[in-house]
Amino acid sequence: MKPYVRPMPATWWLKRTPYLLFMLRELTSVFIAAYVVLFLVMIRRLSEGQAAYELFLNGLRSPLAISFHVVALAFALFHTITWFHLTPKAMAVRIGEERVPPALIIAPNYVAWVVVSAAVAWILLRG
Amino acid sequence: MAKSNEPIWWSLFSAGGVVAALLVPVHILLTGIAWPLGMLPGDALEFSRMQALLSHPLTRLYCFIFISLPLFHWAHRFRFTLVDLGLHGAALFIAVLCYGAAIAGTIAAALILWS
Amino acid sequence: MANSTPKGAMRLEVFRYSPEKAEEPHFQTYEVPFHKDWVVLDALNYIKDQSDGTLSFRWSCRMGVCGSCGVMVNGVPKLGCSAFLRDYYPNPIRVEPLEHFPVLRDLVFQLDSFLDKLKSVQPWIVRREGEKPVSEGEYLQTPAQHARFKDFSMCINCMLCYAACPVVGMEPHFLGPAAIALAQRYNLDSRDQGRPQRQETVASHDGIWQCTFIGQCSAVCPKHVDPAGAIQQAKLESTIDWFKEVLWPWGGKQR
Repeated sequence: MKPYVRPMPATWWLKRTPYLLFMLRELTSVFIAAYVVLFLVMIRRLSEGQAAYELFLNGLRSPLAISFHVVALAFALFHTITWFHLTPKAMAVRIGEERVPPALIIAPNYVAWVVVSAAVAWILLRG
Repeated sequence: MAKSNEPIWWSLFSAGGVVAALLVPVHILLTGIAWPLGMLPGDALEFSRMQALLSHPLTRLYCFIFISLPLFHWAHRFRFTLVDLGLHGAALFIAVLCYGAAIAGTIAAALILWS
Repeated sequence: MANSTPKGAMRLEVFRYSPEKAEEPHFQTYEVPFHKDWVVLDALNYIKDQSDGTLSFRWSCRMGVCGSCGVMVNGVPKLGCSAFLRDYYPNPIRVEPLEHFPVLRDLVFQLDSFLDKLKSVQPWIVRREGEKPVSEGEYLQTPAQHARFKDFSMCINCMLCYAACPVVGMEPHFLGPAAIALAQRYNLDSRDQGRPQRQETVASHDGIWQCTFIGQCSAVCPKHVDPAGAIQQAKLESTIDWFKEVLWPWGGKQR
């Protein structure tokens, strides 16, 4: 008279949309890591001299490189948005009995994001 | 069951997540899309400009953080993702591989930036 | 459409398992009349009364407070008493036992592991120096202090969160959402001083650190407990503790 144990398939995350979105969220870290590694390579080429650096820059113009970056950007944005919406969950901010509405904690993240992005762009382009 | 030492990895994961969330999109846009498609002013990524920018100690520190922390973010997330995909038997091996890769990347970044 | 169910009727495909038969489980199809105010539990009771008395399932209050009737409805954990047939009509419904638990019979599953996990977090008020005598009166608590843990106290132990959590499925020793929310309920209670004791269990690798914040536990919780929030808060608090212990090892442990 034994209980029946149902097996859990490795494809469990394909069964429902929320699980698929979760997997995609986790996958964002791969594209982010890939980009920062590329960034490190760019810095390395910069230290190797003008010829090596410009070869690298030329590579960035290839359709493959641009496609990669478009996909990477999509994943990076998905990370940013999900991150901002999830981090308030780690803090239960209360004023007296009332819970501070999550939107009040999420909004400053977006503001910071815009400000910091603008600063980076400014430094890179005009600094 | 003893208290775990996970907090160190989780802290790096969280810090990396913040850095990635705030900074990675704009960098991808600038170097990976806007510049190759000619949407930036002519000398945007020009060699001597970039060298000058990178000679500044703060820029180097920024680059180090920009590279290292997201690598630890990836390492922690990817480690758990592989376990979630069914590889629980090799959990310790996977953890060593992932954090090891992040540490290696961090050391590589330090060497490239400061020597 | 072949095999269409007559109007005003719904088809239920129900998971059947008999431990006394050495067979794999199978699905049995039943037809029940459709009533727009009926829930899945009504359909199951209709089947048991009218068609098949051998169908086994748990239920009690039929109003969403006892936590007995949890089932998977089309792959989503739900309380049988709160899942309305009209939300699925006219399509058939697949009813299965809650995921990630061994099945004893039909929709009845073995929940011992869940009860053990609840017990393991010491879900009672812990006082360092013992209880004060009744003559000294009650422990006073302000509404603001109560609000800190109130949501986490609303758990009805229905286990929908365990069925929704893939980590529970992959790592049987994972403490799980309800147990950790329960630990937080006591940790955040101003009358309690037991957090350091609970940390041995809660802050272990099979405690909060197995959680990858999928978030489906909170999504399916019928009482809006938000166990995912409890776990992330516990991660942050445990991390702060960890750094304090590493950087100030001479500091005494606080409450």
